[in-house]
Amino acid sequence: MNTLLIAEHNNETLADATVKAVTAAAQMGGECHVLVAGSGCAAVADQAAKLEGVAKVLLADDAQYEKQLAEPMAALVVAMADGYATIASPASTNGKNFMPRIAALLDCSQISDITAVIDANTFERPIYAGNAIQTVKVTEAKKAVTIRATAFQAAGDGGSAGVEAAGAADNPGLSEFVNEELTKSDRPELTSAKVVVSGGRGMQSGENFPMLEKVADKLGAAVGASRAAVDAGFVPNDYQVGQTGKVVAPELYIAVGISGAIQHLAGMKDSKVIVAINKDEEAPIFQVADYGLVADLFTAVPELEEELGKAGL
Amino acid sequence: MKILVPVKRVVDYNVKIRVKPDQTGVDLANVKMSMNPFCEIAVEEAVRLQEAGTATEIIVVSVGPAQAQETIRTALAMGADRGILVKTDDELEPLGIAKVLKAVVEAESPDLVILGKQAIDGDNNQTGQMLAALLGWSQGTFASELGIEGDKINVTREIDGGLQSVKLAMPAIITTDLRLNEPRYASLPNIMKAKKKPIDEKELAEYGVDAAPRLEIVKVAEPAEREAGVKVETVGELVDKLKNEAGVI
Ligand SMILES: Cc1cc2nc3c(=O)[nH]c(=O)nc-3n(C[C@H](O)[C@H](O)[C@H](O)COP(=O)(O)OP(=O)(O)OC[C@H]3O[C@@H](n4cnc5c(N)ncnc54)[C@H](O)[C@@H]3O)c2cc1C
Ligand SMILES: Cc1cc2nc3c(=O)[nH]c(=O)nc-3n(C[C@H](O)[C@H](O)[C@H](O)COP(=O)(O)OP(=O)(O)OC[C@H]3O[C@@H](n4cnc5c(N)ncnc54)[C@H](O)[C@@H]3O)c2cc1C
Repeated sequence: MNTLLIAEHNNETLADATVKAVTAAAQMGGECHVLVAGSGCAAVADQAAKLEGVAKVLLADDAQYEKQLAEPMAALVVAMADGYATIASPASTNGKNFMPRIAALLDCSQISDITAVIDANTFERPIYAGNAIQTVKVTEAKKAVTIRATAFQAAGDGGSAGVEAAGAADNPGLSEFVNEELTKSDRPELTSAKVVVSGGRGMQSGENFPMLEKVADKLGAAVGASRAAVDAGFVPNDYQVGQTGKVVAPELYIAVGISGAIQHLAGMKDSKVIVAINKDEEAPIFQVADYGLVADLFTAVPELEEELGKAGL
Repeated sequence: MKILVPVKRVVDYNVKIRVKPDQTGVDLANVKMSMNPFCEIAVEEAVRLQEAGTATEIIVVSVGPAQAQETIRTALAMGADRGILVKTDDELEPLGIAKVLKAVVEAESPDLVILGKQAIDGDNNQTGQMLAALLGWSQGTFASELGIEGDKINVTREIDGGLQSVKLAMPAIITTDLRLNEPRYASLPNIMKAKKKPIDEKELAEYGVDAAPRLEIVKVAEPAEREAGVKVETVGELVDKLKNEAGVI
């Protein structure tokens, strides 16, 4: 039985999370059909069609899908759900928003944030901030799934699927987009960056973050933060890494002035190499760090920038 | 305006949980339990709307074991007016809980339901959205700011790229994110007063909804442990190791 994978995108570019979600969908057996719902998003459909493992792309190009609001998205997907065993999406804030609405309308269960596909109906997912891994089996014909993209490799690009137009559904008219304040940055996107440099409460203020940004720029890294740093207003909400923020799994994660609360670890402990810079040698972050440096960040971070320069970066 | 706030009793966020050796679940014996932090934020927001004169009544509801009474009392001490405990010892799934909550909504006719965006035990992030679907209501998830304007509600949402504002028709479902507010601690006089506030105890069966679990939990296992690595003495040594030992820069 087939999977309908709802693409994450910004109407221009297919998100890396979708490219990884295709790999998870392919492991569920049957064909993977990608739904690109948006406005003026035909280019995204073409990108999806080139992914290995995609059998068909469905393009719902209509103004009401521009921001993927939950109410019209759910109406659209429910109208086309017949014949699919699985409705899937990346576990992005969009997917988390519309997927449970779709599941409830279809009267099926949702498995959130899967990190492994055991077989077509059995999945692993973290619970309790990643302190336990649950294996869940679905025994019914239909299910909804959100996929933690960082747990899967990107699909290759040898595909050549056809793109079909999908008609729009009636908009329930319950919600209206007003505006958006998106954080602008030339750095890589946090959840797909190869290197992430994060700052915590120890940074003391937003004015000190440029110090981290300089290091990030040397490494081609994204900048993240702990909840404490976001709550204190040092950086915007979309920087938050953790159980209730973003989950990252880069090659290298550098935690600066972050104590290592379980809620923070939940978002970064699957990174390949973890570096911690903290002045308190008892800080729990050192228990997960491959390389720990006990030092005052205000001397260590500028020194790090300099040493990276000397190393030719 | 009447507000319904569903609250969940969960393991306290400070507790490091243990998986049971037989892998059937998480060991919750003698573990400190508290109100889910996102539900505290939901209660706080409702109380602020009441203090601002927008809300007239706040009802809290919890679906769970008899001890969920304590969670409801905490919400009453924060300022909610009355509670409903829907008793069950079963582990309900989000869709089952949403079906029970739908029945409660139909009985109480609130204008707004404010839930947490996610419970920190199941980490499902589903219940509010499912309830919105079952009721055919609008949904404002991951809210960091609310503004009521006649029969509409403006919701600022925390999204992956930053912030998004939407305008929703009421009645509506809201789910809270961390930056919506900072919940108050209940004062001693309010804790005393809360003891006299009514809690209506119901049996799940009274609602006549099928909330039986539908998923099979094959096992619950420990995550792969990460070993602590080494301490480096200098920044120079760190850069050398990242380059020549780990090969990540
Ligand atoms: C429901 C809920 C959800 C949550 N979700 C998340 C989440 O998604 N992500 C998240 O991160 N947190 C989350 N938290 C919060 C979490 O529990 C911690 O409070 C938070 O991670 C702490 O952030 P921190 O490490 O920056 O701050 P602190 O714990 O205050 O640590 C600051 C660290 O900086 C060090 N330091 C200070 N000055 C210096 C200096 N000059 N040089 C070097 N080191 C210095 C200190 O030694 C200390 O270790 C959540 C909490 C709750 C209740
Ligand atoms: C696949 C699966 C496996 C499970 N396995 C286990 C297990 O091993 N051990 C275990 O202890 N539990 C288990 N459960 C139950 C689970 O922990 C939750 O109680 C239930 O699924 C609700 O999910 P959540 O709390 O994560 O909901 P979320 O959707 O994350 O909760 C969001 C909000 O919904 C509201 N809400 C949620 N539950 C209630 C409630 N009971 N009463 C009132 N309001 C509520 C609150 O406002 C909350 O903030 C499992 C559930 C599922 C679906």
